[in-house]
Amino acid sequence: MIDLVIIGAGPAGLGAAISAAENGLEVYILDEFVKPGGRLLGQLHEEPDGKWVNGIAEAEKLYKRAIQLGVNIRCGVSVYDLMKLDQGWCVYTTDNVMECKCLLLATGASETPIPIPGWTLPGVMSIGAAQVMGNVHRVKPGKKGIIIGVNVLSAAIARELQLCGVHIESILLPQPNLLSGDAANPEKMMESLLRLSHLAPSALIRFGGKWVSPKLGARLYPKNGFKMWDIPIQLRKSALEILGEKQVEGVRVAEITANGEVVSGTEKVVSVDFVCIAGGLAPLSELAAVAGCSFRFVPELGGHVPLHNEYMQTNLTGLYVAGNITGVESAKVARAQGTAAGLSIARELNALADHADEKIEAAIMEVMETRKNALIQFQPGIEEARKKLYSEFYETSEKASMI
Amino acid sequence: MNSMRVDNHPVFGSLEKRKNITIYFDDQPYAAYEGDTIASALLASGVRTLRCHEDKGTPRGIYCNIGHCFECRVRVHGQNTVRACLTPVENKMRIESGILATASFKGGKL
Repeated sequence: MIDLVIIGAGPAGLGAAISAAENGLEVYILDEFVKPGGRLLGQLHEEPDGKWVNGIAEAEKLYKRAIQLGVNIRCGVSVYDLMKLDQGWCVYTTDNVMECKCLLLATGASETPIPIPGWTLPGVMSIGAAQVMGNVHRVKPGKKGIIIGVNVLSAAIARELQLCGVHIESILLPQPNLLSGDAANPEKMMESLLRLSHLAPSALIRFGGKWVSPKLGARLYPKNGFKMWDIPIQLRKSALEILGEKQVEGVRVAEITANGEVVSGTEKVVSVDFVCIAGGLAPLSELAAVAGCSFRFVPELGGHVPLHNEYMQTNLTGLYVAGNITGVESAKVARAQGTAAGLSIARELNALADHADEKIEAAIMEVMETRKNALIQFQPGIEEARKKLYSEFYETSEKASMI
Repeated sequence: MNSMRVDNHPVFGSLEKRKNITIYFDDQPYAAYEGDTIASALLASGVRTLRCHEDKGTPRGIYCNIGHCFECRVRVHGQNTVRACLTPVENKMRIESGILATASFKGGKL
């Protein structure tokens, strides 16, 4: 029986594979995509010191280290079912059926769609889709586009698309409706944008990030928006409909009030050949549900997450989680979580020789340090929310052991 | 190959030379590079509609590009529901956009 199967070859999965294999475990990683690296592959951003962080190069480094340690990485394989065995787990893939002693889910996150009229037209895609097209496949999603959804992710990827030679006409909000929720609320989006302010090249937004309350910010926000990297970010404009016969031809936009209400008589059509929808990220946790994990709804972590502790254990024996499936955070945090998970698994399988507990505690400290230093905070209050989740994990497992 | 490719990038640099191959989409030949997915190769050639909605007949293309939404499903060598965004191209690959469901499947009544 294989020691460890990891589902997902992103920073968390590769990080776990490395720390587990360093301690002598036999490790397999499965991933649906054509190459390893996960969402690291699309990432490209400039650190405050002017250095570029190139996700493809980071992924390559992790991949090489894993291969060097004898990790088996299989791409283009999907997992469609998991079953608990007496001793370990059974993994059903599109290739074969695998049995392992421990299983790690490092499936990452998926994007939340914002369905607005016309969103099924060819030429409309999620913001992450455009990122992968441009940075990984090196194909432009279109020549001139609009991004619907103002958040950390959309601003960062707008810049990346610009580097690919794509013109971004503007970033604006979706029309307020039952499904768009906070994504259509200028105040909430201002709050999200202000968390990015230290990265902004515009002194105005940097300044605003420190001093302006989201409420005041949304009210003071100019009708024509601020520019970041020459891209207008418009919190006071909303996309009402995506237009086109066979594919995207334009977007019908209108001005909105600070509360998100459409100002009548301000509608106009902007001509573009593609549209990106940026609804934010949510943990991709279907496999944890299939396995039978307990879940908690934690808005700070991006939605429903499998109940787990700081050792990355779920409430099911031998089943671990790491990375964005445990909550939406940066790739660096995901990698650190992976390292901690790999060590915890090595301990469960009695493969951690000396100073086992110290090594794991150090890895957990590293996760917290990385989180504290993260450049991009997807949501506020992550550390507090995680502490609460971990104490719920222990309360639940105590109750279970009393029964 | 054409203007939709990002041949030169200010940070990533220039694209390395890759092998040219030919794929067929609804019997039309298209140029592709080895290492492309079906979705990226067709998008680079300006093909955005990958299928029609089985019931309504409205055009659909890629949406999530990570295999999650299944909007880009096509037929490859006669096999249904192949995700264009996750499937690497092969030389002489035959890809089809699929067909409308028969009348008995329409309107959500089986």
